[in-house]
Amino acid sequence: MTAMLLETEDLTVRFGGHVAVDAVSCGFRAGELTAIVGPNGAGKTTYFNLISGQIAASAGRVRLAGRDITLLNVSERCRLGLGRAFQLTNLFPGLSVLENLRLVVQARRGRGFSLLRLAGSDREVTREAEELLARLRLEALAEQPVSELSHGNQRKLEVALLIALDPLVYMFDEPTAGMSLDEAPVVLDLIAGLKARTDRTILLVEHKMDVIRSLADRIIVLHNGALAADGPPEAVMASAVVQEAYMGRELEDV
Amino acid sequence: MIRLFSGDGPRSTILALILIVIGLALAFAPFLFPGVRALETAARICIFVVLAASYDLLLGYTGIVSFAHTMFFGLGAYGVALASTHMGRGFTALGVGTLAGLAAAVALALVIGLFSLRVRAIFFAMITLAVASAVTVLASQLSAVTGGEDGLVYQIPRALGPAMRLDREIAGVTITGKILNYYVVFAISLVLFLLMLRIVNSPFGRVLQAIRENDFRAEAIGYRVVRYRVTATCLSAGFAALAGSLWAIWLRYVGPGTTLSFEIMLDILLMVVIGGMGTIWGAALGATLMVLAQSYLQNLMALAAGATEALPILSRLLDPDRWLLWLGVLFILSVYFFPTGIVGRLRARAAR
Ligand SMILES: Nc1ncnc2c1ncn2[C@@H]1O[C@H](COP(=O)(O)OP(=O)(O)OP(=O)(O)O)[C@@H](O)[C@H]1O
Ligand SMILES: [Mg+2]
Repeated sequence: MTAMLLETEDLTVRFGGHVAVDAVSCGFRAGELTAIVGPNGAGKTTYFNLISGQIAASAGRVRLAGRDITLLNVSERCRLGLGRAFQLTNLFPGLSVLENLRLVVQARRGRGFSLLRLAGSDREVTREAEELLARLRLEALAEQPVSELSHGNQRKLEVALLIALDPLVYMFDEPTAGMSLDEAPVVLDLIAGLKARTDRTILLVEHKMDVIRSLADRIIVLHNGALAADGPPEAVMASAVVQEAYMGRELEDV
Repeated sequence: MIRLFSGDGPRSTILALILIVIGLALAFAPFLFPGVRALETAARICIFVVLAASYDLLLGYTGIVSFAHTMFFGLGAYGVALASTHMGRGFTALGVGTLAGLAAAVALALVIGLFSLRVRAIFFAMITLAVASAVTVLASQLSAVTGGEDGLVYQIPRALGPAMRLDREIAGVTITGKILNYYVVFAISLVLFLLMLRIVNSPFGRVLQAIRENDFRAEAIGYRVVRYRVTATCLSAGFAALAGSLWAIWLRYVGPGTTLSFEIMLDILLMVVIGGMGTIWGAALGATLMVLAQSYLQNLMALAAGATEALPILSRLLDPDRWLLWLGVLFILSVYFFPTGIVGRLRARAAR
């Protein structure tokens, strides 16, 4: 068995009396794409926030490649390989599309602290950003300020920023929400392409069952903050606990 | 030249023309506008362009509000004044004073930044306000050292003083030490300005903009946001201190009113906002306009008041003593009509 790339152990957070994530213990192997499902308010985004460090855990640990990162801050965790895309688009609105991507590539390469070079002069950084733009079919918008993009294109860029970060752990939070039917496949293809990198692990919060069925190697179900099911897609989807987690509501598409 | 140097041109023909006119006017000020008053104004413009640009580095590029910018300006100025007072006139004193002021400003910025930028941006604003007020009070109370409210008058090297005259005339103007002094101020200001333009267009400058736009995401893609903010604060303080040293070399006098006062802090804020935040060019434009307005608005109003003597109310409104009122009106109008500053407005026009 391969060792776990990412592990959470009894990970818990309480907001006042409300337990948003309840002692979740779960490991994620390299080369695996895990879909995380659960009804609205189940704690999926909060679970991500605990892993990437946006909120501090009330109890429990997070380990990345065996190293305890529970006490590290967001940017330290990021530099160790935890990458995160957000459910609510979270970009640099006044800067251009290309500049948004360049900033990520530059961060990963640790080139932010040079004061006397010219921003555009780092060819490698620019080339990498432009390649990704082409894969997203956003080349024509390279110089547009992000604030002027359509919602769908902002969602695409949100995903692209995470891919540009090239982390060990990819965390996608409903990446295709709000995208049109012809935009979503571009993004899903990009995510599927990441599965070729067998030294990485991918966590994907997603409601659409057809997407999960085609991409996921494994599903975990969160319900009221607790881990309610964990296993191969067919088994989990068929289980009673999923039906209950969705409170009688059928999963989308079925 | 500018494009090659910073990759960030004015990006608007009108703006480029205005900036070229300002640049040329400053470069040839002693010959184009003879007279003490004009030269004073030109030197003031040079120095305030640097000061406003250094504030824009913080406010416009990094999104940090500081009320301590005049304190850093003052540290540079008092550095030169104290060194010249205690070491006697000479270039060594100017050098030592400038470096000491620079070091003090950067060190203080580092302490304030490390202490408060970890918390919240608003906390930083409050701390700078408190520290700046404390320093102003100290400067007026410690009269044995700083000359108190009267400030310090000292001598600078003869070569830069008005008494020094070359036997030569250029374009009908006798070259005095004052004119040499002006060119020292002009050249150093130009270098500092171009350096800041370069810094904001570097990879580092882009990170500052990213932090201003969305610090949460900047953190999430792995930037050490606090470290960038603190560095920007120190840089900004350093440039302000250098501007202060130039100011001290030019004026041969330093006092709380000319360096530390809250009015100057407001002036800087207005310069940056009127010119256009986050553009550096805007700081140059804003500083030029403000200094011109401060120097000549009163004259203009005296003329207007004279011309309208027959109309009592208008004439009284145009009384030179009301110049501050009119400056306020100008400010409100400019913020209303150009919310992105003059530079933002001109660039938007050019982009259409
Ligand atoms: N910072 C916070 N303070 C207080 N309560 C919070 C906070 N963040 C999340 N919660 C609560 O925790 C619960 C889980 O929220 P979370 O956003 O993780 O759900 P989710 O599974 O991502 O839902 P969705 O599918 O709607 O995105 C919710 O009840 C939410 O109100
Ligand atoms: Mg969510």
